[in-house]
Amino acid sequence: MTFKYNNVYINDTATITGPYEANGPLSKYFDKSYNDFYFGTKTWELAEIKLIEESIDILLNKVGKTKFDIDVLVSGDLLNQIVATNYAASSLGIPLIGIYGACSTSVLGLIIASNMLEAKQVENAITSTSSHNNAAEKQFRYPVEYGGPKRKTTTFTSTGGASAYLTRNKKGIKVESATIGTVVDLGVKDVYHMGAVMAPAAAKTIYDHLRETKREIGYYDLILTGDLGMYGKDILKDYMLIEYNIELKNYDDCGSMIYDINKQPVYAGASGPACAPLVTYGYIFNKMYKKDIRRVLLVATGALMNTTMVNNKSTIPSIAHAISLEVVD
Amino acid sequence: MEENKYKRLIAKYTPKENVLNNALIAFLIGGVMGLLGQFLTDIYSYIFNIATSDATMLMIVTLVFLGCLLTCLGFFDKLVNFARCGLIIPITGFAHAVMSATLEYRKEGFVTGIGANMFKLAGSVIVFGVVSAYIFGFLRLIIGG
Repeated sequence: MTFKYNNVYINDTATITGPYEANGPLSKYFDKSYNDFYFGTKTWELAEIKLIEESIDILLNKVGKTKFDIDVLVSGDLLNQIVATNYAASSLGIPLIGIYGACSTSVLGLIIASNMLEAKQVENAITSTSSHNNAAEKQFRYPVEYGGPKRKTTTFTSTGGASAYLTRNKKGIKVESATIGTVVDLGVKDVYHMGAVMAPAAAKTIYDHLRETKREIGYYDLILTGDLGMYGKDILKDYMLIEYNIELKNYDDCGSMIYDINKQPVYAGASGPACAPLVTYGYIFNKMYKKDIRRVLLVATGALMNTTMVNNKSTIPSIAHAISLEVVD
Repeated sequence: MEENKYKRLIAKYTPKENVLNNALIAFLIGGVMGLLGQFLTDIYSYIFNIATSDATMLMIVTLVFLGCLLTCLGFFDKLVNFARCGLIIPITGFAHAVMSATLEYRKEGFVTGIGANMFKLAGSVIVFGVVSAYIFGFLRLIIGG
């Protein structure tokens, strides 16, 4: 399902990260970074709440608004019952649409906010996403201090909060169109190979988007997937070619960009809902403002993983949402 | 694409784990751990002038304590990650599993946090340890008489 937008713009964005991202190659593009995992709070969960709160604070400062000026907040995260979002929204007091799309949450939020803006239901909107490495490890995997070996295909949940401010004012980056993804399940059960889980969902969404907009792959200067990691990236390229006969040129993956994979202990690269927006809002938008690239298709990929279902030997479904971003002339 | 065909595609792009290298490291470090255990047993038995079976118990306590202490100090996970089964299979691995879970849940309270979660990883080791000890004990009774 693809929508076109005539009049929706991401006016400004704010990003905040943890230590690993700050030591990575894109560090200079983030608004703020912490060098520990607690950020002055007592638990990782409280720290993740702070990621959303602070990214929204920084964003409001940038656009010169107060929280009372904001019509709606569309936000989600990776923790159970999206607690980071709910607790942050509780202290902010902005009307909230809480969403869950695993690591595809950022684009899902942008789509919902853009639809409301296009329909003139709201005058402005903020979308937020967060993820916290230790809080996610605790919830989905092993205790953080447990050093059991991990496989090379394991991805490393990024720590960060990212927010975007959207209005109908022609400023910043244009949200040109969006495609809502379909849940795809090709029978993968391996929680340590999320790139393989999500690649078919990304492929289907890219294919659907191109078909419904009647575009060639070359229309975009860059196709950017969320968090497939370095092995998932190769799987997607090959899968796209075999299944849809589309050769992915000008393609990259946020998960393999945010860290220095050869030097940092991140295995196959980054994952987590914060991964795609941290790379896009910081690094990619900067390139777009400089007009190095003009059209970007951001495809945020989410593994809809649940530990109970995985323990029950079920396969892992996945989804990908796409949004087309353009430079404003 | 069919699931089986996709499985083959995944396998094509999945890097091989260095099984031989890992096994060699685990073998060497596991051996060093065994040496350390034997050394401690001998030392305890010599110093305190006690039976080897009692000294073995003291050696186990020492290794468990070291495993817990180094986990709390925050770098045992990196050692385990390097040594793999060289440190996981010995008693240090058990100590590490219990201690890391305890650290993880200490903020959630003594009962609901530590009490309920400290055996999250090690619980299966205990359960199946007891079960297999029972079965093998039984077999020994029948066969060995």
